[in-house]
Amino acid sequence: MTALLEVEDLTVRFYTEEGVVTAVDGLSYRIEAGETFGVVGESGAGKSVAALSVLGLIDDPGRIERGEVRFKGEDLRSMTDAELRSVRGDEIAMVFQDARAALNPVYTVGEQIAETIEHHMGYDPAAARDRAVRLLDRVGIPEAGTRYSDYPHEFSGGMCQRATVAMALSCEPDLIVADEPTTALDVTVEARVLDLLADLADEFDVAVQLITHDLGVIAGTCDRAMVMYAGEAVERAPIEELYYDPKHPYTAGLMSAIPHVGDDRDRLQTIPGTMPDLIDVPSGCRFHPRCPFAEEACTRTDPALVDPENGEAATLETERAAACLEYTEGLTGGLDYSVEVDGETNERAEDDDGGEDDDGREDEGEEGGSDE
Amino acid sequence: MSLRRFVLRRALSVVPVLLGVSVVTFGLFHLTPGDPVSRLVALNPDVSAAEEARLRERWGLSGPVWRQYLAWLSNVLVGDFGREFRTGRAVSAIVWRRLPETLVLGLFGWVFAIAIAVPAGIYAAVNKGNLGDVASRVLALSGVSIPNFWLGLLLILVFSLYLGVFPVLPPSRLPLYHPETLRYLLLPGVTIGTAAAASLMRVMRTSMAEELNEEYVTAARARGLPERTVVFKHVLRNSLVSVVTLAATLTAGIVAGSVVVESVFNWPGLGSEFVRAIDRREIDVVMAITLVTAVAVVLANFLADVLYAVFDPRIRYD
Repeated sequence: MTALLEVEDLTVRFYTEEGVVTAVDGLSYRIEAGETFGVVGESGAGKSVAALSVLGLIDDPGRIERGEVRFKGEDLRSMTDAELRSVRGDEIAMVFQDARAALNPVYTVGEQIAETIEHHMGYDPAAARDRAVRLLDRVGIPEAGTRYSDYPHEFSGGMCQRATVAMALSCEPDLIVADEPTTALDVTVEARVLDLLADLADEFDVAVQLITHDLGVIAGTCDRAMVMYAGEAVERAPIEELYYDPKHPYTAGLMSAIPHVGDDRDRLQTIPGTMPDLIDVPSGCRFHPRCPFAEEACTRTDPALVDPENGEAATLETERAAACLEYTEGLTGGLDYSVEVDGETNERAEDDDGGEDDDGREDEGEEGGSDE
Repeated sequence: MSLRRFVLRRALSVVPVLLGVSVVTFGLFHLTPGDPVSRLVALNPDVSAAEEARLRERWGLSGPVWRQYLAWLSNVLVGDFGREFRTGRAVSAIVWRRLPETLVLGLFGWVFAIAIAVPAGIYAAVNKGNLGDVASRVLALSGVSIPNFWLGLLLILVFSLYLGVFPVLPPSRLPLYHPETLRYLLLPGVTIGTAAAASLMRVMRTSMAEELNEEYVTAARARGLPERTVVFKHVLRNSLVSVVTLAATLTAGIVAGSVVVESVFNWPGLGSEFVRAIDRREIDVVMAITLVTAVAVVLANFLADVLYAVFDPRIRYD
């Protein structure tokens, strides 16, 4: 049974003057029809590049080196430009981070929505306009009829993002790729846009690939999620398992970086260090320079994405997958962190005896159940 | 409403510009040695100094410069642009006769520049870095660097003398609207438009290439729009704003170019008349042509400001 979208071994490189940047390296994931799939990671992890690659929108000096992007079983990468264009906007639509920048400043918001409708659905201008107005109304633009003729600069940031959501939905796609759709918005607006996106995804029965650096956003909206680090997937899991039982130390680190109401820590927990330079990635596991559990083996062997239960190589169907040597070779010290859920501590199964970290750092992923 | 106020304000701003231009031109003219009388009399021993002085008196050339200027200004304000000393013809009649010739030539050069620059600029921006782009940039650089008088002479040499496609001099007395005129317009028009085409093309390429990096372009492609629509509908209109600015500025260049090019091609417009008038020290003719030129440049800039708003809805006049 093929999923709606299957991405397999996707590798994207950018040939810059400083060197070759492997922005996405051997990425594989699938998205089922109607589900919301989260892609999390720090900036520079390759999330956006992965998103653009789905639609074949990688521009010079970037190039998709390897991999397949199968949509409804068909490889998008082997399609002609014309075939690909008939998929873009019609079957797979995209929502961008900066909605205002994604709208052409010299045409009205309505015109741009209607343009897509005319192009893909063959509506005449009047019918396309009608449909665009209805969509604007549906995404909560007040007085959609007159706002149709507003230019993007006359819209607020939140309204721009609503309008691009309307535009993405305009041709009833099966998949919306949303690249940090709420990062540029302030928090209250963010929540409303996310709710809207979730509602509409339900109503239109459209799958969403939601890219974000915000785990809180993922928690509230996604069915499954993938954590990316330095161009690779480090963990893939159904959303609850990802939160309650993170299998990769990077995921656990990200969780502990979320501040909570009632938190009595003086400082925000952070993962020490920064993401590696993608021109010159660390040997072995890319996360090892920042990983509190790193051992000598981690500097030599690049861990593959495996099923943490049995250490078998993960396929697209594998629900739960993590890329850490712990699950193949076994680390001598194990992964010594615990997850606290509403005051209870879930000790990790593999934990030896809960000995203190050498560096005294305590990695705990916390998840308040009400964090939405 | 705001547009009307804008037009009014711009119309009023012409006044100080014209005053400034006239003061500077008048002053510069009097800094150059000789006046119409000395030019006329030359070293003729039969004309006495008293007769020269009488001539100056009659033509209003005696007295301090500021008084002469004020006299000229007060005449202009009531619509009298003076007369040619030598022939007694009214200056306004001379300008009216010559103006259409220059307008047609300038317009042709301008249209030629845009017709070459816009497509070439788009092509170069879309195919940035390939051979065509490099070639068009080399051509643009040459176009900017070649002086128009040299280009004009070269074109005459090649097309009129070697190839014989065009006559060296156009037959006179051919009305401007005659279809045959187009043929004689070609060489001077190309000469006058080449430099403009070159700089326009460079700006077109740069602004287009910049716009192509904008996110709305990726977004338009993500909507499945054909590349043609993306480039010609979405990107072009955004990049035209900076092109319009330059096109307006180039109007001044084309007007200035007409002085040289009309002389080279013996085109009976304001430019060649201007050169002749300077040579003969016909100050009233020089002043009138200067004013017409200043008005043309101001008008072009005004037109550019109006066009901004047409191309870019973010620009408002308040």
